[in-house]
Amino acid sequence: MNTEALKDLLYKIADDQLILGHRNSEWTGFGPLLEEDIAFSSMAQDKVGQSWQLYKILNELGESDPDTVAFMRNAEQFHNCHFVELPNGEYDFSLIRHFLFDTAEYLRFSMLADSSYEPLALLSKKIKGEIKYHKMHADIWIKQLGAATDDSISRLQESLDLAMPYALGIFEASRFDEELKADGIFEGESALMAQWKEQITKIIDQTELQLPDLDALTPQTGGRYGEHTEHLQPLLDEMSEVFKIDPTADW
Amino acid sequence: MNTLQSHSEAEIKAWLDEVKDPEIPVLSLNDLGVITGITIQDNGHVRVDMTPTFAGCPAMDVMKSDVEEVLEKRGIADYEVVLSFKTQWNSNMITEKGRKALKDFGLAPPPKHDLIVDIELIERATCPQCNSENTEMKTPFGPALCRSMHYCHNCHQAFEQFKPL
Repeated sequence: MNTEALKDLLYKIADDQLILGHRNSEWTGFGPLLEEDIAFSSMAQDKVGQSWQLYKILNELGESDPDTVAFMRNAEQFHNCHFVELPNGEYDFSLIRHFLFDTAEYLRFSMLADSSYEPLALLSKKIKGEIKYHKMHADIWIKQLGAATDDSISRLQESLDLAMPYALGIFEASRFDEELKADGIFEGESALMAQWKEQITKIIDQTELQLPDLDALTPQTGGRYGEHTEHLQPLLDEMSEVFKIDPTADW
Repeated sequence: MNTLQSHSEAEIKAWLDEVKDPEIPVLSLNDLGVITGITIQDNGHVRVDMTPTFAGCPAMDVMKSDVEEVLEKRGIADYEVVLSFKTQWNSNMITEKGRKALKDFGLAPPPKHDLIVDIELIERATCPQCNSENTEMKTPFGPALCRSMHYCHNCHQAFEQFKPL
């Protein structure tokens, strides 16, 4: 087993969970409805908790402890995709990101539940059951608002068009994809993307929304290799502000 | 001299009845179904295996240290409490006693399922106050990771359900 390849995989999925979890938590107290406020806060707690479990596996593979890994790295050491670091924007954008990302996330952990690396397979089986609720929540709202009023449809459409190049960046190829596949650890980003396209099309087809021509878009990539937008570092500064006051404090 | 063998696995399990879920204080860890194994080695070493309900459940560490406290209180010095995903928790593992405790507490117990959790299953909730099935799910999320929120059209009360997982 190639440990470097495994660590690269774990870092990118853990970082995705942590960063989107943090973005979701920014809705706490600001949701358009009380139920949505609670939904995004709960999903934040799930995703941050899942990242913690993934960082724990990395810790067992020799990396620093989860708190240090989460709070003490700079942007260029993070491997999340650009999509999760973008600001929340209006609710329509957050909802579209929730739908596009969480569908990919659900499929990714479903694939990883069959991974040959047992600690990851067991955790993924667990996470898959939790993310199912996130995906269900996203699907309900996209189906409802994607076929409701002119306003809701046009706002979602605009966000969908804006989000799509970033969503494609979720599947940025890793330099280890072939090895991970050969070792039976992960089937790879292109296999995941094919499943994702099928799933999102199935939901979008039940609405008035139009899926952009994915082949005509340039994916926003670089995140998996530590290149980020200007939005990540301020997020990390805010997230780690309290931790950095006293990194040795016992919580 | 050898008092190490004086406790049986069943006895240790019974002690754990006093450890409750910190977020649902009427539910013991045994009834929640998170204690997945108790083994005593020949040298007296006690191992308790636990499985998390949710990956990010903040109550798990509290439950783990509560178990450790009970073992120490009972004079067990050589022990380990291991949290792992090897045996995966699902809501069917809540015992009948636990389901009754949840209902008495005002939380609808999770519907039993065949490990296929879909939207129809989540929407189905029986009101813990009046037992009506004329209820509506308001959101699959709630005040804790393990709860969803519902409304009863019969007694006009909002209530929470322990989510099926």
